[in-house]
Amino acid sequence: MNKSNPMTDTSLPANWFSRLAHPGVFLSWSRNWIAPLAALTIILFTIGLWYSFFNSPPDYQMGETVRIMYIHVPSAWLSQMIYTLMAVSAIGTLVWRHPMADMSMKAAAPLGAAFTAVALFTGALWGRPTWGTFWEWDGRMTSTLVLFLMYLGLVALWRTFEGQARGTRIIAIFTLVGALNIPIIKFSVDWWNTLHQPSIIKADGLSMPASIYTPLLIMVVAFTALFFTLHLVGMRTEILRHRANSLERRHVSARNGTSSGTTS
Amino acid sequence: MAIIVRDIRLTLRSGGSTITLLAFFLSVGVIIPIAVGPDKETLARLAPAIIWIAALLSTLLGLDRLFVADHEDGTNASLHHASISLEAISFAKLIVHWLVSALPLIVATPFMAIMLIMDMPTLLRTIAALMLGTPALVALGAFGASIAVTLKRGGVLAPILIMPLAVPVLIFGVSAISPAPGSGTSEAAFMFLGALSLLAFAFTPFAIALALRAAHE
Repeated sequence: MNKSNPMTDTSLPANWFSRLAHPGVFLSWSRNWIAPLAALTIILFTIGLWYSFFNSPPDYQMGETVRIMYIHVPSAWLSQMIYTLMAVSAIGTLVWRHPMADMSMKAAAPLGAAFTAVALFTGALWGRPTWGTFWEWDGRMTSTLVLFLMYLGLVALWRTFEGQARGTRIIAIFTLVGALNIPIIKFSVDWWNTLHQPSIIKADGLSMPASIYTPLLIMVVAFTALFFTLHLVGMRTEILRHRANSLERRHVSARNGTSSGTTS
Repeated sequence: MAIIVRDIRLTLRSGGSTITLLAFFLSVGVIIPIAVGPDKETLARLAPAIIWIAALLSTLLGLDRLFVADHEDGTNASLHHASISLEAISFAKLIVHWLVSALPLIVATPFMAIMLIMDMPTLLRTIAALMLGTPALVALGAFGASIAVTLKRGGVLAPILIMPLAVPVLIFGVSAISPAPGSGTSEAAFMFLGALSLLAFAFTPFAIALALRAAHE
């Protein structure tokens, strides 16, 4: 199966994407991509961290604590991007039943949970010196927390369905329903918050000087590169685990076959 | 229609479950005042939140048997080959589930209101808000149950999955009852609540049918 040439595989339309996304082909090309991507991630992090710690001015109001932003904003961006990626993969699972979409969803869920946790944690650390509190039931924070709970639910779902083929489709359905719900949750939380108390985060608008904007942008790209590196590794691991499982199953059934053959 | 009648009859015959739900709903209403303290003002302020939390928890509690029994005895498998679509069947199931699990709670709400020292206008608003909001809770809960139908420990997992999705219902449900500082927000909350229920009832049958088909594969 994995030795078959995807070019001759007539069940898939012969375009570049399906050729790249064939599990066997994916394994071979992604192997060459991991090292450069990891190197790019390290370089970007080196530049970005150097910029954010040594080559950017402290904020005139928040002082040195503004540097937390260089970790906080990229992970918050990833927390939303990863869910979008999972929703797109879920469509791939439901519509085309593509195995790579399953792998992509499965590998992305724990990463999304981790980056959302980082965003919440750094946000709490940043909130303490600037607002005087670790946590505030602010609209944006609350919806990020709800998003974190959804990631945890998805990770739990993947664990419970471990090894069941039908699980992926069910999880894909839940991911999509969640994606449709996120805007509703966000809207309702904003509505609820403005009802009870005025919002306090207006500190970082878009009007920031280039000396802060540049390292932030580098860090966002660095975090994104980090995610894609980890995601590729995660997907490769999933494919290999899948193959190891089916090999084991084949081995067991073959041995059972021979043993039953000798006894009869 | 036949499915509605069959399911209602099954639930009534097995009995118990609706009464269990009611008992659970009321005991949440008893336990929170005991924990918070019998101070009348505090209770009156917390009452809408307590009622909504009790309603959410008892809806989640009643979920686990919704599809599991049909999955185990093979009814789902035969419904797959029925002449009407699985979507229509899911819709019927939603209606039944609302009738047997949410409606009794709404009927019991006046007793909760007495315990929580609610005044008459608040009680009427609470009942209206529950009427509008519980269909969304039931639909979301049924969706969670359909996700977990093949799982042995699904009864624990489904509430965890559904809780984040139920956040908007809770927000608009409570704001519809407790008078807001700005004028007109209560009416707006009522409308959002109704919109959520309509959306949930319109779309979840398709999601449930998809999940049941995937479970059947």
